[in-house]
Amino acid sequence: MDMIAIQLVNGLSYGLLLFLITSGLSLIFGMLGVLNLAHGSLYMVGAYLALTITRNVSGDFVTALLVAPVLVALLCLLLEVGLLRPTYRLDHLSQVLLTFGLAYMLHDLVRWIWGSNVQSLPLPIGLSGSVELFGQTFPLYRLLVMAGGFAIALIMWLLQEKTRWGAIIRAGLSNKEMVSGLGINIKLVYTIVFAVGGLLAGLGGVAAAPILGLSPGMEFEILILSLVILVVGGLGSITGTLVASIVVGLVETFGKVMFPQLSLIIIFGFMAVVLLVKPTGLLGKQVSG
Amino acid sequence: MKKLRFTFISLLVASVTWMTACGSTTPSNGTNGSANPGGDSGSGKAPVKIGAVLPYSGVYASLGENLTRGMELYFDSVNWQVAGRKIELIKEDEENDPQASLRKLRKLVEKDKIDILTGPVSTAVAYALRDEVESKKIPFLVSHAGGNDLTRSKRSDYIWRSSFSSWQIGYSMGKWAYENVGKKIYLTAADYAFGHEVVNAFKEAYTAAGGQIVGEVYPLLGSNDYASYLTKIKSAQPEAVYAFFAGSDAVRFVQQYEQYGLKGKIPLIGSGWLNAENIRPAQGNSPVGILSTMFWDYNLDTPENKAFAEAYQKKYKERPSIESVEGYDAARIIVEVLKNLNGDTSNKQKVAQAFGDVSIVSPRGPIKFDKETHNIIQNMYLIKTELKDGKTENSIMKTIGEFKDPGK
Repeated sequence: MDMIAIQLVNGLSYGLLLFLITSGLSLIFGMLGVLNLAHGSLYMVGAYLALTITRNVSGDFVTALLVAPVLVALLCLLLEVGLLRPTYRLDHLSQVLLTFGLAYMLHDLVRWIWGSNVQSLPLPIGLSGSVELFGQTFPLYRLLVMAGGFAIALIMWLLQEKTRWGAIIRAGLSNKEMVSGLGINIKLVYTIVFAVGGLLAGLGGVAAAPILGLSPGMEFEILILSLVILVVGGLGSITGTLVASIVVGLVETFGKVMFPQLSLIIIFGFMAVVLLVKPTGLLGKQVSG
Repeated sequence: MKKLRFTFISLLVASVTWMTACGSTTPSNGTNGSANPGGDSGSGKAPVKIGAVLPYSGVYASLGENLTRGMELYFDSVNWQVAGRKIELIKEDEENDPQASLRKLRKLVEKDKIDILTGPVSTAVAYALRDEVESKKIPFLVSHAGGNDLTRSKRSDYIWRSSFSSWQIGYSMGKWAYENVGKKIYLTAADYAFGHEVVNAFKEAYTAAGGQIVGEVYPLLGSNDYASYLTKIKSAQPEAVYAFFAGSDAVRFVQQYEQYGLKGKIPLIGSGWLNAENIRPAQGNSPVGILSTMFWDYNLDTPENKAFAEAYQKKYKERPSIESVEGYDAARIIVEVLKNLNGDTSNKQKVAQAFGDVSIVSPRGPIKFDKETHNIIQNMYLIKTELKDGKTENSIMKTIGEFKDPGK
């Protein structure tokens, strides 16, 4: 029984880590309708910036956790204004190609700056301990990541559903011209949303680095899982992304225990089943075709 | 919206296919560089051309780079010439892709007219090159790829291997682990051909000695999270764990082994890639206490290794890795062959045969070739990771024996 309980915690903590990483992708897709395939790269850049900050600037993980995501958000600001904005007039494919190309470029850039060796981000002594859970040792840091995942989910939900900002953004998605007509600078709204998405990607990168390590290529590993979560959760729903992250985390964890060799197939099989039963994803909004 | 969903899903499929198909992401043009400074022989003889097919992009780029550095260091020491001929090194990116590598090989053979081929890192690439090498009669010194069959069922008159076979890596620890570590062991390895070969060789020696395997698990190559496997391993209550992981997998596995409280309770043993020179900085203190077997370590206390490490650090400002030694040895073996032939590479068969007579004392210890299988015969060392002045350092516990691949 304890065995199942601890695997549940394992799955939950992995799922919430995935949520941290995927939330920004989901936000941008839900609000701007842009599938940002460079999301994984922004996550990677966040992780590497944190590495440089802890190693060369402050030596402190907490500083890195606060600063690196902001730097990624600034990078996103430039990307949105300089590259993405001109593509909104075009169809979705052009944005997909643009962000995919960006992913390649960032991959090479990261390799050029930080090298191709595997690196890891050390945790401060206070966070690197472990706790006893169901008679098993469990890393303290993973519990903190779980709490962080839930907190981000709550904040995002509140912002989206309970504030004027959320209302503007939701309105902007369904009718851009109308919102502009009401005197709201929709371009600015888009830029800010994209930057916030980058902030979340960076945050995910910093949070994941002590667990998953850093190496060029890490962004594509995570991009695939993020896309699966996006599809399973339902496009454009934060709650859906949260639920899907947890479910994918659990499915993968139990898949690994029971059929270790098939863990990838299980994830994609699961996605296929969800899409067959509910084509809009678990909590996807009904959209008129 | 429907259109968008279609785009979305087809992209997802495309990116997955792309991920699994190559794994490498930046196909760069073959980094052609004939770096041969100071090669002013003036003898008028044509240079001897060595083609190196190594990864210069993608996940294994750093291995390719270290192999190249090792080779260039040795060629430097002979001033890029042997028996009156200049040495020219032509580098091609293997891209971790058998088909691409085959194209590169054809270019090296037809356009550059190379005399000797060396590389690659990937065993799949080595297998892909094999038939072409045999039919075109190219002397081929395998400097890293460890797949057993290359010197077993796929062996060729033209192929010699100076690195290792996966059997040597795993088998060397089996008997020792039974006698010194525990009678009940759990096996785990990255789920790809090489991981399975290493673990199977360990299992062969361990069970023959009387040991019992209490469980096995093979996580995907490039797994993010080993939490569930570690929980499973712990609950099986083995006396020790034998693991094969390398690169980023080794970093994550070893760190998580500590985070999940297995370190200190269940001894962790494995191949030398688990606590290798170039990944230990990323592992923090987590590898302390790991016992592994390998054919070389930075702290191997021999005059040859000290001289090599010193020269390497002087030139590249960093410690050599296992791959640096492999490159260094490959370059030296090639030079020895050319010396023995007095620089005459006109007869390809003779060149290939000459590899078998090379016997040197390398930084890794004395090495020679098995004339039957064409695989290297070398010492394996037992290595332990310890904490010294706040940093991890490997030390050699003992020479565990000389290992020769059985060839079948």
